[in-house]
Amino acid sequence: MSKMKLNLGPQHPSTHGVLRLILDVDGEKILGCEPVIGYLHRGMEKMAEGMTYLQYLPTVDRVDYLSGFFNSFAFVSAVEKLLKIEVPERASIIRVLLMELNRIASHLLWLGTYLLDLGAVSPFFYTFRERELILNYFEKITGQRMMYNYFVFGGVRHDIEYLDEIPPIVKTIIEKLEDYEKLLTDNPIFLSRTKNTGVLTRGEALAYSITGPNLRASNSHLDFRTQSDLYKKFEFKIAKADEGDCYARYKVRLDEIRESAKIIYQAIDILQLRFGEINTGLKPLNLNIEAGEAFSDVETPRGLTTCCIKSDGSDKPYRVKWRTGSFYAVQLLPKLLIGNTLSDVMAIYGSLDVMLPEVDR
Amino acid sequence: MNYLYCAFIELLAKYHFPEGLALIIFPLLPFCILAAGLLIMVLFLVLAERKILGFVTQRKGPNRVGYWGLMQTVADAFKLLCKENITPSAADKFLFTLAPLIAFIPVMLVWGILPYNAEFDLMSTPANLIFYLFLAFMPVLGIFLGGWASNSKYSIIGSVRAIAQAISYELPIAFSLLGIVVLSSSLNLTQITLAQSSVLGPARWFIIPAFIGFIVVFVSVVAELNRCPFDLPEAESELVAGYSTEYSGMRFALFYITEYSMMFANAAFIVVLFLGGYLSPFGNYLSNIFFGDSMTANILVYFEQTFWFLLKTFIILFLFILIRATYPRLQSDKLLKLSWTILLPLSIVNLFVCMLIKAIGGAL
Repeated sequence: MSKMKLNLGPQHPSTHGVLRLILDVDGEKILGCEPVIGYLHRGMEKMAEGMTYLQYLPTVDRVDYLSGFFNSFAFVSAVEKLLKIEVPERASIIRVLLMELNRIASHLLWLGTYLLDLGAVSPFFYTFRERELILNYFEKITGQRMMYNYFVFGGVRHDIEYLDEIPPIVKTIIEKLEDYEKLLTDNPIFLSRTKNTGVLTRGEALAYSITGPNLRASNSHLDFRTQSDLYKKFEFKIAKADEGDCYARYKVRLDEIRESAKIIYQAIDILQLRFGEINTGLKPLNLNIEAGEAFSDVETPRGLTTCCIKSDGSDKPYRVKWRTGSFYAVQLLPKLLIGNTLSDVMAIYGSLDVMLPEVDR
Repeated sequence: MNYLYCAFIELLAKYHFPEGLALIIFPLLPFCILAAGLLIMVLFLVLAERKILGFVTQRKGPNRVGYWGLMQTVADAFKLLCKENITPSAADKFLFTLAPLIAFIPVMLVWGILPYNAEFDLMSTPANLIFYLFLAFMPVLGIFLGGWASNSKYSIIGSVRAIAQAISYELPIAFSLLGIVVLSSSLNLTQITLAQSSVLGPARWFIIPAFIGFIVVFVSVVAELNRCPFDLPEAESELVAGYSTEYSGMRFALFYITEYSMMFANAAFIVVLFLGGYLSPFGNYLSNIFFGDSMTANILVYFEQTFWFLLKTFIILFLFILIRATYPRLQSDKLLKLSWTILLPLSIVNLFVCMLIKAIGGAL
């Protein structure tokens, strides 16, 4: 085979959405790669300018539909900064609890689809089975499985219920995690496909503004949760690996599930002991927002998400800007893919956990 | 076959058919039985694979069409029959149509070579092992041709992978088979089967002296079948559907049937070579134990032999399916490396081990 251009996507089984990669290939070897994005552009930012804050709130869950609580939190807390209101303690702990559960659900989905990209069919069903437990719980308390619309300005919509159902769910997931590790961590084929492929050094990762598990797999400690006031009450370790290859990213995500489980247990302990207000009782229909700017960061499963709002004092935001982790991971693709073979494309691309709705917004 | 032949002539005579007709029909009958029986077997093999995959992943598998989903593949086949045969405008139309046939026809022949029981080996030529190898390689040509004629990039990459894979895995198979040929001193599949017979059942099955060869052939056969973890030519997460991307309708169904028939044939081939073919695992046939040396026993033995043959084949097929459920896919370059650096040397070692065992056995 001579050199040719291979158009991977936008409709392709393993681009998880509609990413298009224009690859220059020589046989199986990749000589060039150009990601083309925008096939899932929904105008999330422009849309906000025509909607009131309350109208915009349900749509932010769709920025990244696998981690709705995180987007919701980023937007809600930015608005809270504009409103200059304090969130009650119980509400912020409920938020942490739900976000960490969401992180586990998101990482489980990543694990399943990643193994599907690598050609293993079964783990997909196993991880979805466990993810289902979390989604069912979310459905019970928010009424929705993925688009929750549960966080409101100044707290959460209503008090959390069925708290005693969470520990068994988390316990099951941690137990099943051991099973996945048995199936994968020492599997020679899995190791040969992920070790030393797509190596990302710390310097490169920082230069490309990579955040989240992808960065922490490249020997970095940067986790926004440690800087956030939200997580001050909780003890957890930062999941971290040194190698920067696909296998390191896999390990970091699995470790993060375990750390999230610890946070969840602590949050449940606090919630069961201490009661209080769950929101400030704000009337969201007539928000009195002054002109100004506010932004808020949150460490999502896919990196740092920032929501920046500029207000001109009207009931609609003047401008909303989203910064999402996956967007930067896509930029990394040409760098990581060139020189590898076609089979590595999915191994590397999948390991970055790129979420296309989050890239295009 | 004499018993069956007499019974058949009696049956025809009962309905006043001339005896000459029996002479013509009788040799053709087994092929008809084979073609019909095995195509039905393939239908249920597809279903079995989906059911087992479902079981492994804690699903129910297909369970809507017919009782317990039994008619699912029949429905699928019917759907494929009804679908339009699309030929891409840029494709080479003649080769595009020819490719599925080139893949499919040798498979029907391959089935005829296998010895299903002591009488039911239809092409028992002195060297039908070589003929089997030749025919078993043919579907890859069909796959290559199909991918190339489609004139689509994914198809071409898939077919190039298929041909590279087939070439690298054909050699370890051939070398391992040499070990078997040395052990049995024959190139005939029936002779190879009979060379493994003993009163102790599995004691003389070739899996024991040629265990390395068994492993090598097993891995290579999985690779040649393009099955997981070697399913690179049709890696759906990389190449959409590989060589069959542009195929639809009945042409696609032919490729599909080819894949599963070859899976069955190759599993049966492993059984013949290493697991004693149609021989009973208990040394004596059960029908001989229960019915002595009667006429009933002599007819029942044929069915029993086929039963053992199929049972062993299904065990191998079950392993194929379990492997598919468990492993991720290999990388293309590592796939070739595995063949040339591990399997080929191992198969040569196996050949020497077999020669040594044969020499010692001959000396004793």
